Amino acid sequence: MGRYDTLYDVVLPPRAAATARFCGLNGAPFGSPPLRTPAMISHDDVRRIAELARIEVTAAEVDAVHGKLAAIFGLIDELAAVDTTGIEPMAHVLDAILPLREDAVTETDRHALYQSVAPAVEDGLYLVPRVVE
Amino acid sequence: MAADGTIAGLLRRLDAREVSAVELTRAALDRIAKANGTLNAFISVDETAALAQARAADDARAKGEAGPLAGIPIAHKDVLMTAGLPTTCGSRMLANFVAPYDAHVVAGLKRAGAVLVGKTNMDEFAMGSSNETSFFGPVRNPWDPGRVPGGSSGGSAAAVAARLVAGATGTDTGGSIRQPAALTGICGLKPTYGLCSRYGLVAYASSLDTPGPFARTALDCALMLDAMAGHDPRDSTSIDRPKESYHRALATPPADPAQPLAGLRVGLPEQYFGDGIDGEVAAAVAAALETLRRLGATTVPVSLPAVRLSIPVYYVIAPAEASSNLSRFDGVRYGHRAAAYDDLRDMYRRTRAEGFGAEVKRRILIGTYVLSHGYYDAYYLKAQQVRRLIADDFRRALATCDVIAGPTTPTPAFPLGDKTDDPVQMYLNDIFTVAANLTGLPAMSMPCGFTRDGLPVGLQLHAAHFGEARLLEVAHRYQQATDWHQRVPPGAE
Repeated sequence: MGRYDTLYDVVLPPRAAATARFCGLNGAPFGSPPLRTPAMISHDDVRRIAELARIEVTAAEVDAVHGKLAAIFGLIDELAAVDTTGIEPMAHVLDAILPLREDAVTETDRHALYQSVAPAVEDGLYLVPRVVE
Repeated sequence: MAADGTIAGLLRRLDAREVSAVELTRAALDRIAKANGTLNAFISVDETAALAQARAADDARAKGEAGPLAGIPIAHKDVLMTAGLPTTCGSRMLANFVAPYDAHVVAGLKRAGAVLVGKTNMDEFAMGSSNETSFFGPVRNPWDPGRVPGGSSGGSAAAVAARLVAGATGTDTGGSIRQPAALTGICGLKPTYGLCSRYGLVAYASSLDTPGPFARTALDCALMLDAMAGHDPRDSTSIDRPKESYHRALATPPADPAQPLAGLRVGLPEQYFGDGIDGEVAAAVAAALETLRRLGATTVPVSLPAVRLSIPVYYVIAPAEASSNLSRFDGVRYGHRAAAYDDLRDMYRRTRAEGFGAEVKRRILIGTYVLSHGYYDAYYLKAQQVRRLIADDFRRALATCDVIAGPTTPTPAFPLGDKTDDPVQMYLNDIFTVAANLTGLPAMSMPCGFTRDGLPVGLQLHAAHFGEARLLEVAHRYQQATDWHQRVPPGAE
């Protein structure tokens, strides 16, 4: 798949494996028409993506969040029926190439100003809960 | 405000020494103090700084060193960073955030001499079509306070419509300038992607986000755009091209004053005139097209078959980019941090659960899902492919016409609370605006009529990339022949 490899490296849940087959990860040629529409988002998916996104979704909230997301995916899943064989994905509206700048120092030291809005700072360092005992 | 409180009108009065920048700024601050309790259009107002800028503008005018907008009170959407002033993005996450620097478009308007009176309310992180997702409460529509002003730049639109300021900035990711402009009866321009730098614009969806102006007239939008456009090496997607003067282009008189739009071909996509459009909106748009024909334009049929897929494409691409952009809000370097947590991961989870509202969380979760392993091709890549199909439709259509016209929104402003429980219905309100973001094309909305209940209707025009001058010219000629833009909402001065 080369340059279109996935961005997140997470454990593939069993149902996603089926979808992966449909979307060409298991050897189907790039851009081949979908074999079936993506599977419905599940309550487990909601818990999994909430953890990936680092957003606490409590057990009491999962059902309501799932209901809204399922409705939205109902809209999004219209895309699965579109034949996009051979269509180059569009990453930039003007197909412009990212410019490179001179490798020069352009920023001044504004360390104190930038840290003045931080929740917790000590000796110029951001404070977070201890991660190594 | 005096009879002609447009930016161009105020500049004439400032030039003639009939009024000072300090007087204009005091008057704007007074109007805001009176109206904001009802409209909730402003999140913050800085009287002291505004009056200091106004005094500086008066001094510059006395010395003959004034910038093109010296002394004009304006407002910025609260997603654009303003050094030393709060920039909240309408979110609890940034409720106490003070920006360390100015956004590119903020600096440009400052250099032109515009006086910043305050920051306007918006849907949280620009995610919404009604301004009801703001942590600081909904904005109300000046034409009917029971209705929404549109979103996400609802505060800027309401502030200009209610005559609190003559111009304001907005940002448009899926219609967030044009939809509120239409619902509040003013002009709003989404420039070509890359014309106005995104530097200092708090990112929602980077491949779609576009800063642009709100004002009552096309001429005023041109005056603001002159100060906002231009290459900026700090934004890698800013386009390096020769600078135009949009307002000077409008000063050139047409060859035939009776037919100022002679030769203009207006494309009418069948998909923009189908079912689901409110009858009164359709009638106002039809009348506006008749006016364009009377002014010399011809209309030609065009077709945009893939445009029906704009909403599904948008709700993959925008949330995907949002899930990445908004990962920076983690309670470490700026913004809200939860008071109680167990460990680092728990701090992230609780900080983000508390700091973001329901719609923002929803879009981050959608984005996380569509980018997650096994789903990337089915959703994100697919959406990028369909995005190209939509762009190809527009390219083909714009080969046979100069501008594409249609309604900006399918309905006039809807009542507060009408769609808050049904995100899908809310999303569908952007059906005509999303395509300009997906294609990067410039598009604007201008007032073209009212419903029987006195609610404004907007006409939307698209042009080819960097066709802003064309859009502004069509709108300017239309406004010289009509007076919709001069209607004043009840209670406004």
